[in-house]
Amino acid sequence: MALSGMRGLSVFISEIRNCQNKEQERLRVDKELGNIRTRFKNEKGLTPYDKKKYVWKMLYIFMLGYDVDFGHMEAVSLISAPKYPEKQVGYLVTSCLLNENHDFLRLAINTVRNDIIGRNETFQCLALTLVGNIGGREFAESLAPDVQKLLLSSSCRPLVKKKAALCLLRLFRKNPDVVNVDGWSDLMAQLLDERNLGVLTSSMSLFVALVSNNHEAYWSCLPKCVKILERLARNQDVPQEYTYYGIPSPWLQVKTMRALQYFPTVEDPNTRRSLFEVLQRILMGTDVVKNVNKNNASHAVLFEALALVMHLDAEKEMMSQCVALLGKFIAVREPNIRYLGLENMTRMLMVTDVQDIIKRHQAQIITSLKDPDISIRRRALDLLYGMCDVSNAKDIVEELLQYLGTADFTMREELALKAAILAEKFAPDLSWYVDVILQLIDKAGDFVSDDIWFRVVQFVTNNEDLQPYAALKAREYLDKPAIHETMVKVSAYLLGEYSHLLARRPGCSPKDIFVIIHEKLPTVSTPTISILLSTYAKILMHSQPPDPELQNQIWAIFSKYETCIDAEIQQRAVEYFALSKKGAALMDILAEMPKFPERESSLIKKAEDTEADTAELSAIKLRAQQQASNALVVTDQRPANEPPQVTQLGMVKIPSVDHTSVDQELTEANGNSHEVDPQPDVLGDLLSPLAIEGPPAVVSEEDALALAPVEDQQNSVKPIGDIAERFHALCIKDSGVLYEDPNVQIGIKAEWRGHQGRLVLFLGNKTTFSLTSVQAVILPPSHLKLDLSSVPEIIPPRAQVQCPLEVINLRPSRDVAVLDFSYKFGTNLVDNKLRLPAVINKFFQPIPVSAEEFFPQWRSLAGPPLKLQEVVRGVRAMSLGEMANLLNSLRLIVCPGLDPNPSNLVATTTFYSESTRAMLCLVRIETDPADRTQLRMTVASQDPTLTFELKEYIKEQLISIPIASKPPVPQPPIATSDPGALLAGLL
Amino acid sequence: MGIRFILMVNKQGQTRLAQYYEYLTLEERRALEGEIIRKCLARNEQQCSFVEHRNYKIVYRRYASLFFLVGVDNEENELAILEFIHLLVETMDRHFGNVCELDIMFHLEKAHFMLEEMVMNGCIVETSKTNILAPIQLMDKAS
Repeated sequence: MALSGMRGLSVFISEIRNCQNKEQERLRVDKELGNIRTRFKNEKGLTPYDKKKYVWKMLYIFMLGYDVDFGHMEAVSLISAPKYPEKQVGYLVTSCLLNENHDFLRLAINTVRNDIIGRNETFQCLALTLVGNIGGREFAESLAPDVQKLLLSSSCRPLVKKKAALCLLRLFRKNPDVVNVDGWSDLMAQLLDERNLGVLTSSMSLFVALVSNNHEAYWSCLPKCVKILERLARNQDVPQEYTYYGIPSPWLQVKTMRALQYFPTVEDPNTRRSLFEVLQRILMGTDVVKNVNKNNASHAVLFEALALVMHLDAEKEMMSQCVALLGKFIAVREPNIRYLGLENMTRMLMVTDVQDIIKRHQAQIITSLKDPDISIRRRALDLLYGMCDVSNAKDIVEELLQYLGTADFTMREELALKAAILAEKFAPDLSWYVDVILQLIDKAGDFVSDDIWFRVVQFVTNNEDLQPYAALKAREYLDKPAIHETMVKVSAYLLGEYSHLLARRPGCSPKDIFVIIHEKLPTVSTPTISILLSTYAKILMHSQPPDPELQNQIWAIFSKYETCIDAEIQQRAVEYFALSKKGAALMDILAEMPKFPERESSLIKKAEDTEADTAELSAIKLRAQQQASNALVVTDQRPANEPPQVTQLGMVKIPSVDHTSVDQELTEANGNSHEVDPQPDVLGDLLSPLAIEGPPAVVSEEDALALAPVEDQQNSVKPIGDIAERFHALCIKDSGVLYEDPNVQIGIKAEWRGHQGRLVLFLGNKTTFSLTSVQAVILPPSHLKLDLSSVPEIIPPRAQVQCPLEVINLRPSRDVAVLDFSYKFGTNLVDNKLRLPAVINKFFQPIPVSAEEFFPQWRSLAGPPLKLQEVVRGVRAMSLGEMANLLNSLRLIVCPGLDPNPSNLVATTTFYSESTRAMLCLVRIETDPADRTQLRMTVASQDPTLTFELKEYIKEQLISIPIASKPPVPQPPIATSDPGALLAGLL
Repeated sequence: MGIRFILMVNKQGQTRLAQYYEYLTLEERRALEGEIIRKCLARNEQQCSFVEHRNYKIVYRRYASLFFLVGVDNEENELAILEFIHLLVETMDRHFGNVCELDIMFHLEKAHFMLEEMVMNGCIVETSKTNILAPIQLMDKAS
């Protein structure tokens, strides 16, 4: 093996190769980058050869995963080198390192153009390739005519032409108008007359892009494609160089058949006949041969032909021939062919009505569900899901259930969801549906999302005939020694509602039911305990005349949970306890749940959403991510009176929607009969600007909401909690929740160092559907440099997206950055302007200062504008200790003992910004023990703006201090949304 | 748009060549390569050559210690890509003679030049080995 022509490069590569570990590699790379940097800085003495060598090194380092941004300029500058070797490297490395948005690329645009229109063919090729790979809109506008000219010129040789074709494809994608020229489609047709197969290969790619965009314009090209196909299929005039294992360019054949699939049909009978002849020949004439490459190549052509036949919707006979072929494929030993057989069968389901023929292969497809290869199993699952209908649902769903026990973890949630949907869609009878879902929960409880069991409850509630059966089944599962928590939930719910229908059976008396459910209580989590309490209340209600022993047992439980730390459980316990003492009134309130309104299955919606993601991004993984990062974000304790985050089916009839409920789906399931039609968030819009401009916390969110009638609140998306309060909490903490509403939660985690900060926004979708049109725009004040990484437009169901935000503090200012966050909920835009806690005190670093340091500084800053004094009136009442805590929380460290007067406070901090660098700030506050509402404040620093801003900032904090944590006093406005309070009102 | 990226990775998981036809940041590349390599290297000979990952389908093939991984979108013919990988290997073989991992490593620039003659903007430009190698041979002669 000969070493590369560039010795330095070879030596470097082998040194990297000899590195024992990543750390050594990093050291070696850093050393080399340092070397390259110095060499580039001092350009004299740098030969073109050296430059070339360094640029290659950079590409190598880039491939290893290190940043080489500093060298972009050098790569670009090589493009203008006069000699081919350097120029070539310049072009190639530039297109590897840069993208179309790099500004440097503009510098090269003239050279590139000169190379394209110049006479040197090799230079033309290089320039066309660069533009073809990374050319942007600007290139499209200035170069398209030149490229077209090359493509159509008769004197232009194939080696240039083929590159021009793909270059034009790029320019077309950047600006579709480049082919908006008169007679272009004729020119395209002319291009397809090309004999050279290299040119034809790239022209066909260009053509595919053009027809996929607008086939109408290119009807005249259709017969040409068929001609090309005939030529290749009959192996006429195909040079040896383009024959691959005896097959005339399989790639061109595939591409041509792909192009034909963009035409809705082939109308001209002659063309149609010729095409079908070719297709028939491919279908019939492809044999399995020993040589792997030949086999693959011929099957590549065959699969494309199958796709084209399906697309053209040929006669029934040819179609069944296709299905027969695919049926054969899914049973062969070759895994690639099995995979593609299944994949194409699934495609076939979508294209035409051949389900019946496909069903004949059901057994084989089910076998593939157990294939050792996950890629194949996934295809089989998709196919089974697609081919399922009433006639085979029972078989298929039962297979899926059976498979669930052994399936890979990555597939289980998808499997469970698909089985649940099929059971719901194609259930021959509803009891079977109940069986399936309960089995599903039993076998794979961890993978059954809440939607699935909500749905079965909904079905049972709406079908009276089903209720005794469902209750009985639930009762049976409770006999099993260990059951999944979801099973506890669903059976407790069903038995609470319908166990009285079983009363005469052995082991189904209210007492028995209570005992067996209560056995599970010690093993379940808090959300489930709430459901169990509701079940007990229902059991109590159904045991008429009351059984005093049972009553006492249940009361004992209620009174035990009356002091529970979980607010939801506590509330239920208190209310049920009070209710159950009401006698007859209990009957009314705890009566059976009314029927649910019929609605589209949320499961199907969910499946559609998850299908948008690919297999790997399955809901389960997203959820795992979310859980992990939630743990990171939600570090603050929720106030005790806030509803718990995990909601569950309540069993009590609630006349209005629980507006604080987290999940829309759940709110519906709560028995609300209003049609849920998301309205624009009027209140939110009115209130959110307040959060930016107004004096903080003067109008709290909840107070304002209280003014609006309850009805108005039902359907709008409104924030949970007080935005202003969350902001103020975040001003003194570095992580927590910035904003929350029923659909999204925005968490923040920040790190500050000197004048820089790094915030991470955690945008979490709490719903089971995708949030679309998500936008987060930062409106920065002039003193902050903010750089938000791009925010995806769509947040998948239950996913959380992390968006890092880099902050640089340029100079002192109290202004606040605002995040304009919006997303679409239903058809309405939810838009909130949120203040970001990148406030002045984040750039403080508290350092206690001794008297020896303090006093010389204090004296040297002699007066305005460096030292400012002001008497502040209207100070919020607080003790000196509280004030010291407040200052400390703002990172202004109080230095006790510096001021001899005990009613004075002295505090210091260091402020960081780009303009001021580190700067010591000194603050003195003199209070009047006789009048706590006024004080005198003196602030000093080396920078007049800083002094002023800091003084104003402290003043703001002293006058209207946001209450960091409100005492949990349940106010009426909160209570109206609270089912318990509503009930109390009814009584 | 067809081919999104081409990776050559040895069985220790080290990238020997990476060519992307869509822009990804360095971090995205690192993450993507890590995920794909982990997934594909864990597969055995009896499994098929296609792996679904994120929005990509990875078509891969192993030659001795080296894996060739091509990321495509859903619009590609998998077997055609699989054989395109072989065409690439045959082309390198014709140039280097019994091509091995070290050839690609130490002649990164040549591997890139060949690839550039074969793929442009994610589409196949040329499939004739003679044509693909012509510019490189010209250059070798010149130097």
